[in-house]
Amino acid sequence: MDLSAINPVLLVASLMVAATPILLAAIGELVVEKAGILNLGVEGMMIIGAICGFAVAVQTDSSTLGFLAAAIGGAVLSLLFVILTQVALANQVASGLALTLFGLGLSALLGQSFVGLKPPPTPELNIPFLSDIPVLGPILFSHDPVLYLGIAIVAGVWAALKFTRAGLILRAVGENHDAAHALGYKVIRIRIMAILFGGACAGLGGAYISLVRVPLWTEGMTAGVGWIALALVVFGSWKPWRVLLGAYLFGGVTVVQLNLQAAGVAIPVEYLAMSPYLITIVVLVILSKDKSSAPASLGRIFHASH
Amino acid sequence: MIVLEKRPQPSQAWSMATPLIAVLATMFFGGLLFLTLGKNPIEAIRTIFYDPLFGEFAFYYRPQLLVKGAPLVLIAIGLSLGFKAGIWNIGAEGQYIMGAIVGAGIGLAFYPLEAWYILPLMVIGGAFGGWIWAMIPGILKVRFGTNEILVSLMLVYVAEQLLASMSLGLLKNPEGHGFPGSRNLNDYASTNGWIDQNVGMHWGVVAALIAVIFAYILLNRHMLGFHIRLTGDAPRAAKFAGVKPARLILFTLGMSGALAGLAGLFEASGPAGQITIDFSTGYGFTAIIVAFLGRLHPVGILLAGALMALTYIGGDIAQGSLGLPAAAIQVFQGMLLFFLLAFDLLTNFRIRLASGKVA
Amino acid sequence: MKLTSLFTSAAMALGLATGVMAEPTKVGFVYVGPVGDGGWTYEHDKGRQAVEAEFGDDVETTFVESVAEGPDAERVMTQMVLEGADLIFTTSFGYMDQTINVAKKFPNVRFEHATGYKTADNVSVYSARFYEGRAIQGMIAGEMTKTNIIGYIGSFPIPEVVRGINSAYIHAKKVNPDVRFKIVWAYTWFDPAKEADAAKVLIEQGADVILQHTDSTAPLAAAAEAGNVIGFGQASDMAEYTDGPRVSSIIDNWGPYYIERTKAVMDGTWETVNTWDGIGAGMVGIGAMTDKIPADVQDAANALKASIASGEYHPFTGPLKKQDGSDWLAEGEVADDGTLAGMNFYVEGIEGDIPN
Repeated sequence: MDLSAINPVLLVASLMVAATPILLAAIGELVVEKAGILNLGVEGMMIIGAICGFAVAVQTDSSTLGFLAAAIGGAVLSLLFVILTQVALANQVASGLALTLFGLGLSALLGQSFVGLKPPPTPELNIPFLSDIPVLGPILFSHDPVLYLGIAIVAGVWAALKFTRAGLILRAVGENHDAAHALGYKVIRIRIMAILFGGACAGLGGAYISLVRVPLWTEGMTAGVGWIALALVVFGSWKPWRVLLGAYLFGGVTVVQLNLQAAGVAIPVEYLAMSPYLITIVVLVILSKDKSSAPASLGRIFHASH
Repeated sequence: MIVLEKRPQPSQAWSMATPLIAVLATMFFGGLLFLTLGKNPIEAIRTIFYDPLFGEFAFYYRPQLLVKGAPLVLIAIGLSLGFKAGIWNIGAEGQYIMGAIVGAGIGLAFYPLEAWYILPLMVIGGAFGGWIWAMIPGILKVRFGTNEILVSLMLVYVAEQLLASMSLGLLKNPEGHGFPGSRNLNDYASTNGWIDQNVGMHWGVVAALIAVIFAYILLNRHMLGFHIRLTGDAPRAAKFAGVKPARLILFTLGMSGALAGLAGLFEASGPAGQITIDFSTGYGFTAIIVAFLGRLHPVGILLAGALMALTYIGGDIAQGSLGLPAAAIQVFQGMLLFFLLAFDLLTNFRIRLASGKVA
Repeated sequence: MKLTSLFTSAAMALGLATGVMAEPTKVGFVYVGPVGDGGWTYEHDKGRQAVEAEFGDDVETTFVESVAEGPDAERVMTQMVLEGADLIFTTSFGYMDQTINVAKKFPNVRFEHATGYKTADNVSVYSARFYEGRAIQGMIAGEMTKTNIIGYIGSFPIPEVVRGINSAYIHAKKVNPDVRFKIVWAYTWFDPAKEADAAKVLIEQGADVILQHTDSTAPLAAAAEAGNVIGFGQASDMAEYTDGPRVSSIIDNWGPYYIERTKAVMDGTWETVNTWDGIGAGMVGIGAMTDKIPADVQDAANALKASIASGEYHPFTGPLKKQDGSDWLAEGEVADDGTLAGMNFYVEGIEGDIPN
């Protein structure tokens, strides 16, 4: 055993990278759920984002355009969810699952000719002086721009929900869509925008995997992180900063687990791999005392019947 | 201006017609997809929907529909009880795995003994494994009000890790040359879940059919079934009618868990034959879709399960004989679900052209 | 049983059909992953394409991808038989019992199961001695490491993987007595993000050579990002990283074997075999070494490769001890295939335990 081999600074820096895809997807889903919609199709939107981002980045040789395409791709796929749940009033759980199935298949079809290619690099910020500060430099100032964008979106969502009128309306719609409707808010329109936002964020998260974290394209490469993003929203009890914390915790458990293994600590890997899920359940139990956290209309179908 | 008007009663006629319309729409758009992939759309559609049922080798594929459909139906029936009451167990995959682990574990514990009572004990173990796994979200919901959707989903991942651990450790075949995976339960008479492999009959198929009948009677002829429906449709009225929510939650979650566990055990003792790392193939999630496609009605679920099984089997045939990629089949299935879900609108709503006044 | 007789008659009809030589020989492939996985299944599909290229119109190949191990596999194999396959390659260990089951029903169809151990009159098994490639990899790694730390990403703790670790370690140690292995188990065959994380962790802990037994190029991408780290292609050549960290590779080369076995069916000379081929037979390929490897190391690696290929040298030759210090192979003794196939122990010097 050689614990001294673990470099805590690098560990924190890499857990931030590991956490970014789930963070992006989760913050988007948070907005969706705040509007009272449960979209279980995160995995499907992420992988569509992963391939759209990858394909465009390879074709245009620009990772910026890639990320842009990923956000658009995720949003376009979520449009299907909009049609099903907001127009055809279909059940959200089933629609979300169908979206995941569809997204996984479609991404594989789109990606057939992109296996084995390398995307253009996403440059890391290298701020003179700041990036060179010991400890803080590698942790805070040496990442790629998208990682910061993720944190910025968290801050933005937090501020928007807390301080803006739009945030207030969004929450009202999620809490009680009938009352919000009675007050004259356009429930469906607000929810559609929330779903599209969620799709765009999930797409960004997927592209972060295919363009930065891995970076390559293979079928099914998101390997279930979309589901973790869903768990994360609840773990964070629908609060943006807690979602950020949760994402680092989830990312952290993976990275720490691998670090301990590499350092030769004999740990039962499969039990450690279970731990994030068990922790989430414990958090859920603790949180459930606080009835105010979950949007009250979550998952319920809204139809304005005069 | 088009408006939707809720029907006072779901339309019987439309609920029969919409699945057909959805299948036709899928054939059309799916055909377009196959055309863009350079395949003959008519041949592809025929291969997926017609060949398994009436083609040259239907004698083999028809029994396979039972094998593929049985676990889906068994799990979906259990889920539908909860869904009807507004209780969302989406962790059937985990309960399926736990049922298989516990049930197969019991069978393997008796090795090499052969006795008539082993399979019944395994069945009980399978149901118990799934039940206890579903009781975790159940008790947490009743006791603390915890959201069952997420707890049951989280437990899927815990179960998957347990499965890996069991396949590599406790249940590993000692004569398996170190490879992961248990002994093959089909090799021992006492643990073999097959009735007749040539006609696709194993005990899971029997259980699925019993579950359909049982659920039908429960929902239509029994007080408990009435309570389930009432809780889902009008929670407040249910309270007045004396429904105890806690008991209902525990019953529906427990029931869906037990049935999912049974499905896992029957799969392990029959078609799969063993516990391996890759034992779970997503039946628990597909069953959620099957439950909704079947409109949460026992007979509907039976038909929906058969339809899903058909697209899987037909899809594999199309891959082999037409060279369609697996991904195209997946997209095709996704389309089918979209259309089925979307057209269901017509069952509950009337589309009307209205003037001026907007809702 | 009516259906059983239907089965037999179908099988007989097929048997008759194969007798007519005008028909092309039909070869089916059952894949566990998508052909676009860039690794295991991708290479098997290249083998299938090699068969098509070799025989042209005389063969007809079909494949079904992403077939789950279990009942789905059994159905897909039967489907191939019903559609007239003469020879079926089932390319995952988890298809073992299903292959045997289907083979029992159709005695006139030949089956080839990859990496398993159960054979029958119409079932052969084949596998590759990847550990021979690992020996060369280990040697290069031992010579090239400056930190004396080599990172190894394992998938699941099964004999195949343990064998590779041992082989790499023995040969790294031979050229560099100070070398240490850091081993991380990913508990997955395929999860690019996790593989990338594992590689990053190993690099952060000082490894400057990454060996992997998972199939995606993610670890190489991580190595490329880190800079002064080298790695090897796994399963396929992963040539897109030759201008970066990839210095060589172990390639699964199934083509020659698939061609040979298809030819045997065409000629009517097919019989049950238990093939475990390595570098010599061409089943394990060593990808081109890049200039990052110094010339003398390249020469030594090529010499090692030649001696393994000719059968002159076996990577597991004594004296070797097990991790616990007990004797395994005496001076000059060579490991037998049985022990290798079920290898569940580390050799002396490797730190840590095999999980479970």
